[in-house]
Parts: sequence; structure tokens; C-alpha cells
Amino acid sequence: MNFYLLYFLVAASIFSFIAVFSLLSVYAERKISAFIQDRLGPMEVGKYGLLQTFADILKLIQKEFIVPTVADKVLFTLAPVIIFIAVFLGFVALPWAPNLVPASMNIGVFYVFAIISVEALGILMAGWGSNNKYSLFGAVRSVAQMVSYEIPAGFAIISAVMIAQSLDLQVINYNQGILATQEIKFLGFLEVNQIGGILAWNVFQSPHLIIAYIIYFIASLAECNRAPFDIPEAESELIGGFHTEYTGLRFAFIFLAEYAMMFLVAMFGVTLFLGGWNTPFPNIGSLKLADYTTGIYWGIFWVMGKSLLIVAIQMWIRWTLPRMRVDQLMSLCWKVLTPLAFACLVASGLWRLLLF
Amino acid sequence: MIKTALNGFLTAWKGLSLTMGHFVGARKSKKVKGIKEADYFEQQNGIATVQYPHQKLPVPEVGRYQLNVEIDDCIVCDLCAKICPVNCIEIEAIKSTEAIGKTSDGSVKRLYAPKFDIDMAKCMYCGLCTTVCPTECIVMTPEYDKSVTHISDLNYKFATMTEQEAQQKRAELEKQQTERQAAKLAAMNKAEDQ
Repeated sequence: MNFYLLYFLVAASIFSFIAVFSLLSVYAERKISAFIQDRLGPMEVGKYGLLQTFADILKLIQKEFIVPTVADKVLFTLAPVIIFIAVFLGFVALPWAPNLVPASMNIGVFYVFAIISVEALGILMAGWGSNNKYSLFGAVRSVAQMVSYEIPAGFAIISAVMIAQSLDLQVINYNQGILATQEIKFLGFLEVNQIGGILAWNVFQSPHLIIAYIIYFIASLAECNRAPFDIPEAESELIGGFHTEYTGLRFAFIFLAEYAMMFLVAMFGVTLFLGGWNTPFPNIGSLKLADYTTGIYWGIFWVMGKSLLIVAIQMWIRWTLPRMRVDQLMSLCWKVLTPLAFACLVASGLWRLLLF
Repeated sequence: MIKTALNGFLTAWKGLSLTMGHFVGARKSKKVKGIKEADYFEQQNGIATVQYPHQKLPVPEVGRYQLNVEIDDCIVCDLCAKICPVNCIEIEAIKSTEAIGKTSDGSVKRLYAPKFDIDMAKCMYCGLCTTVCPTECIVMTPEYDKSVTHISDLNYKFATMTEQEAQQKRAELEKQQTERQAAKLAAMNKAEDQ
């Protein structure tokens, strides 16, 4: 019985984390965009507008569910649920700290990568179900984009997995710090099992993973439909794309999924490339910084801090770069990122063969 | 191809550093200053927002905003209503039986104004009425923020006379005029008789 109680508790805590994160990051995004554009952003609701997003969600909850007359009612109603659940389930496999992971699985990387692809299905359902040509445009663009960008993202991830030699996200984490179970080397020559810190992160274990991480980062922007890859939403051309027809709580769930997806891809990338919950401070002689800053609470702190930094960079990019054209988007994916990702994959293979 | 990709990264970085500069610069806000102030154009960086109801930009002296009439100084000459290009001023005048008094600049008032309406919804803020006014009783105030719940509230009524007073003055004027008419008739009859 306690077993099931724990399940519900884990699910509820992940959900509440997503909700709180979304509310705060919408506020952060509005403030960041405002500061970038020399504005102030929300200022009226609460001190410095801090309660603005709570007021927004209160408004969304009160709104009526509107289903367009010609919409496909089943698809239209199911789509936000599928979009949200796909992202929600992705969080299950991500480790937060040593011995702290909602669901430990030995194919974690594969699972997360597979489950977030389901979001494309939800978006297609939303666009098709709306029975609105702009929504359908948005959905078709979104699916084309997500399916294309999964290839460079996938190869970038595989090149990291080849270095880590495991698909278990927790094992990948362990092997990027002082708790490593196998021999880890900074840049392939200096053994850092005792030193840890930033030197033991995957990107510094083998430097070609920096390129792989940049590829993954760009592809992840495209996968969560963020600018400059936001052609599925394209507020100026498609009036919101696949979520044009949604109101109230359904819209809130699509929005929640979008922001949760940002954190999910950021945390996934951090786990694979940037040391996950490992501390950036190395042990220097008798100054055991890495030992001091490793633990359950430190782990949560580090993984949150790193992921939030990546989310902030995503926002910074969104408010800087203009939206890409569909053909530019595709040519970037297929002509630049995919060959580079293949090169990283080969480099990872050679790295493993020649240095170990 | 590599050149294009590299160029893409470089230009993206250029844009990103530009926005980061603004983001860092957003710690400071521009001060709320009028355009007349000497260092108005010095303020190039920082947040540009003026939080309007809480902060207000200073209004220039020559600004043309809401009209106001000092009705005690008005000699009801009707010049403002005549010059108005959009006919937003409506004045009704009643001649007085005697001089009513003096305005603050010494002009003698001989007309009552039972009705002095300016419809600010029609007004085009040209300021011609303020130029022609001989006693300078119609002026433009620095007030520009005026919102009303009904459009008829924008029809400002400046007359202070009540309807009863106006009736009384009309009756007095009529009485005086009939008396004068009678006196005139009497004088004419007298002239014919002679």
C-alpha cells in the first residue's frame, strides 16, 4: 500500500514542481524580455509584479471551455492531455541527486528521448482537431521540425552516451564526478576520480562533446518550439499555431507543457553533458571542495542551478534572434547539424577506441 | 557552407551580446525629465518606461490641453465661439439692463452668460479661442488626462447662472426694451404732432 502512496507522492511533487516552475519562469521570461527591450515588464500586481502570473493562472482557470463547432471534439479534448503527459512522464527518469531519482531505469536516456517525441503527436492532434487551417499549418510545421531535429539531437546524445558507456541517467551522473564507479579522465589523459568538479564533466572529459552539446542545445530549442525555431507557434503569422483555438485550463496545460519542456530539455542536457547534479568545484589538494559540495541537497541545488541557467539562456536567445524561415530551419538541421552530429559520433567512437 | 554556418554563429553572437548589454543596462532607469532640460538627450541607456499614472512627464508651457474658462472675467463677446473651427463652443448671451461690473483687467461687463458650453469631445485643441479672447479668460490648462464614463460629461458647462436667474434677467431685459420701445413711440408721436 505504501508503495502506491509513494507513487502518488512522487507524481504530485513532480507536478507541483512543474506548476511552480512554469509560473516563475513565465514571470522571469516577461522580466527578461522587458529588460532586454529597455522596458520594466509587469509591475502592478504585487511588488515588482511578482503576483502577475498567479493572477494570470487564476484568470485562465475561471475561463470557459470553448470547443469550435466544426472541431474534432475527441482529438481537440485529448490533445492538451497528451502534450502535457508526454512532458510530465519525461521528468520521471531524470535524477535530481545521488540516490534521488523518481524512477530508476537502465534505459533512462532512451526513455526520455522517446517519451518527449510523443509531444509531436499531441501537437498534431491539437492542430488537426482544431479544424482551422492556421492551427493545422502550425501543427504540420511543428511535427516536421520536431521529427527532423530529433536526428541531430539523437546523435549528439549518443556521442555523450558512448563516452559515459551507459543509458542509465543516474550512472551517467555518477561517472561525472567524485562518486564515479569507473575511471574518468579530464581531456582523456588526467585521471580525475579523486578531483572531480568541473574537470570531470562529460564536456571536459572529451572536448568534442562541447560541439555535441551545442548541437543538442540548438536541436532542443527546436524541439520545444522556442524562438528562433518557433515557426509552429509563429504568433505573427499563425496567431499561436496549434493552440489558437484553446481557452482556459486546456490552454494553461499546453502552456505548462511548453515551459516544462524547456526545463526538461535543459535538465536532460545538463545530465548528459554538464555533470548533472555534480558540483563544479574540484578538490584542490587538502581543500576538499568537491567532497563538501556533494550530497542530496547540494545535488538538487546544482542540477536546478545549471538547468535554470540553461533556461535563462533559452530565454535570452528567444528575445534576441528573429524567427527562421521553414526552409532555413530544415537546411540548418539537415545540412549543418546532422553532419556535425555524425562527426561528433565518430569522434566519440575514436575517443573510446584510442584512449581506453 | 562552413563559412555560412560560421557567419550565422558570429552574427547570432553579435545580437546576443547586444541584448545582454541592454539586459545589464536595465539596472538603471532613465529619469523622468522634460524635453526642455539641458541633459535630456544625454540619457541614452537604461529602462525607458515611464510608469504613467505614478510618474508623469512634465508638460511644456506652450502645450495645448484641456480648456478652462474663468467665467467671472468673461465679457460674453462670443469671439471664441465665432473663431472656433469646429463649433465646439456654445454661448448664449443676455444683455444686461445696466453694467454688471468689471473683469479683473478692468473691462466692463454688460452681458450675462446663462450658457457657456465647451464640448471637449469636439474640440481639436487648436487654441484659437485663447488667442482671440480679449480678457484672456479662456485658457488652456496643463491637464491632459481626462476620462469620463459618458460622452456627455465631456461637454463642460462653465456658466454659473441658474435657469431662474436667467429667466429673471430675460424678463428684466424685455421690460426695459418694452419701456424703451414705448418711450420711443411716445417721442415719435410727439414729433409727428408738432
